[in-house]
Amino acid sequence: MSCFVSKYADELAKNAAYIGTPGKGILAADESTGTIGKRLSSINVENVEENRRALRELLFTTPGALQYLSGVILFEETLYQKTASGKPFVDVLKEGGVLPGIKVDKGTVELNGTNGETFTQGLDGLAQRCQKYYEAGARFAKWRAVLKIGPNEPSELAILENANGLAMYAAICQQCGLVPIVEPEILVDGPHDIKKCAEVTERVLAACYKALNDHHVMLEGTLLKPNMVTPGSDSPKVAPEVIAEYTVRALQRTVPAAVPAIVFLSGGQSEEEATINLNAMNKLQTKKPWSLSFSFGRALQQSTLKAWAGKEENWKKAQDALFVRCKANSEATLGTYKGDAKLGEGAGESLHVKDYKY
Amino acid sequence: MSAFVGKYAEELIKNAKYIATPGKGILAADESTGTIGKRLSSISVENIESNRQALRELLFTSPNALTYLSGVILFEETLYQKTSDGKPFVEVLEENNVIPGIKVDKGTVEIAGTNGETTTQGFDSLGARCQQYYKAGARFAKWRAVLKIGPNEPSELSIQQNAQGLARYAIICQENGLVPIVEPEVLTDGSHDIQKCAAVTETVLAAVYKALNEHHVLLEGTLLKPNMVTPGSDSPKVAAEVIAQYTVTALRRTVPPAVPGIVFLSGGQSEEEATLNLDAMNKVEVLKPWTLSFSFGRALQQSTLKTWAGKKENVPKAQEAFLSRCKANSEATLGKYSGGSAGGLASESLFVKGYKY
Repeated sequence: MSCFVSKYADELAKNAAYIGTPGKGILAADESTGTIGKRLSSINVENVEENRRALRELLFTTPGALQYLSGVILFEETLYQKTASGKPFVDVLKEGGVLPGIKVDKGTVELNGTNGETFTQGLDGLAQRCQKYYEAGARFAKWRAVLKIGPNEPSELAILENANGLAMYAAICQQCGLVPIVEPEILVDGPHDIKKCAEVTERVLAACYKALNDHHVMLEGTLLKPNMVTPGSDSPKVAPEVIAEYTVRALQRTVPAAVPAIVFLSGGQSEEEATINLNAMNKLQTKKPWSLSFSFGRALQQSTLKAWAGKEENWKKAQDALFVRCKANSEATLGTYKGDAKLGEGAGESLHVKDYKY
Repeated sequence: MSAFVGKYAEELIKNAKYIATPGKGILAADESTGTIGKRLSSISVENIESNRQALRELLFTSPNALTYLSGVILFEETLYQKTSDGKPFVEVLEENNVIPGIKVDKGTVEIAGTNGETTTQGFDSLGARCQQYYKAGARFAKWRAVLKIGPNEPSELSIQQNAQGLARYAIICQENGLVPIVEPEVLTDGSHDIQKCAAVTETVLAAVYKALNEHHVLLEGTLLKPNMVTPGSDSPKVAAEVIAQYTVTALRRTVPPAVPGIVFLSGGQSEEEATLNLDAMNKVEVLKPWTLSFSFGRALQQSTLKTWAGKKENVPKAQEAFLSRCKANSEATLGKYSGGSAGGLASESLFVKGYKY
């Protein structure tokens, strides 16, 4: 048959549709231990388990924030952590109407013979891990594939390998009850223009959906987490309306209507940029059979992190900053963001790091 | 670049969108000389040019019928024919806001080493031919690829060949100003169930859209002409609502929203069956980012043909039969068909096993 109908089919479709609820989006809080270490060190906080736990508690207990979220992606360690008063994070999220998700990939490795292109690992024992995560309360998963634009990149090999990896991961997740978020990130690094980014994005997405079809993945039970279509990081910026037009057109040309929602990654965009671009997309009057929302990591947490600076006395200030970004992005999914969110320190700050290692 | 945006891009997008107008559809009147011969012989009419001309004139001058059509697909001979008063058919259509289209493939040939699977020919001088057709007034084209369901069919080879063929044809059309109708027909022949047809249709359509992407085809300037998803011809029939569900699901899983319209082929379905199924699809309450319409040959002409029987005195009645089917299908594209325009002829199955087009 075309799509493999797992015993979880109805649940997958229901959860995927819920995550795409207009007005809601995803907080990507799944930084690996190494990556969160970089964040913590940027605010002079030691990378120990207690601090990692404290940061996530700060985020998940922000009053009023959870109503703007349909999902939170967690790193494995966090899936099993609790609040200071002993309540499992997973329960905090569920009670707030938020689905817990889990990062299941194990990072990227270089593809031999290419110019620094990569594929993503993590397939070994994936089914067993997914079953464990499902038991722990996770209901969706995330796997990040990375491609780059260069004179000869992305190569056909890189596209095929990453598309295939995403498809295998997605099929395994569905067999275990987890909605797979399919993330084929095309890095923003480079001097290319927006047309080049559009061309590459369309080519990559077409390959992804062919692979998903080949692997019998049920699209109604998946989500897409793509890059927005923008000029390269070394190119002049363009207006949000232009980004919106190119992005939505690329998606119209490649993403079947069966996919319930598209949740953008923020890449190196500043908090405000990411929100304004998302808003512009939702204002665009054109065919959009999937909802357009967010799955932001840095673009939701940057000012929160800076406000917290690891200090207990900054707790409320930091939570206020997160609330502001969540509300702003919620409005952006409805195309009603007026650009008037109280900007926290660093909200306008580009978060681009050249050749970013996730 | 991803999609080829040539000098005709805007025109292609505009024409494709127009053909996909809700309430309108396509009359497939592009039967080759051999095929129309079979139709004519079924009503004991000789297969000579004047009879072929008379039949098409009957169709194109049916009072009020053209309101329900956005396009008519023609065979090459017909593109250059006129009414008995000397008016070019192309003008008759244009004056009534119907876009003339042209069949550009040259039939199927077997793929060696397969179990009767085929590929479609017609690439030689295709670009030059398209230019000629454009000059003659054609603004869209059609190319039929054929796949079949069997124990080992469709094979990966057949899927790849036909998908690549459709993509190559499509880009050549767009280079020359013709909106390509992409037709990957999965034949109904067989004893398979509707789930099997759905699986094959989804696999085939996914391959087709991957190929179109590879060949830089501008999807906004194309149309899709697929089979409906149904049980095999040797299997028990199912309700129109079931066909509608499976068909719409298959399309939602494979056809990008950028495609403006989907115009179904009727295969071997009777006139009434085809209309009821199309109507059911337009009633399905789910998001459909493309319009769902018709590109019917037999399922628009069957009762008209029988009523005409080649006799001049039957022309008005035959034209009424034609108008009736056009109107019924127009309503079906809006999900507003209330049934009942079926004469006995309209319910007659038009299925021919191993149908050679």
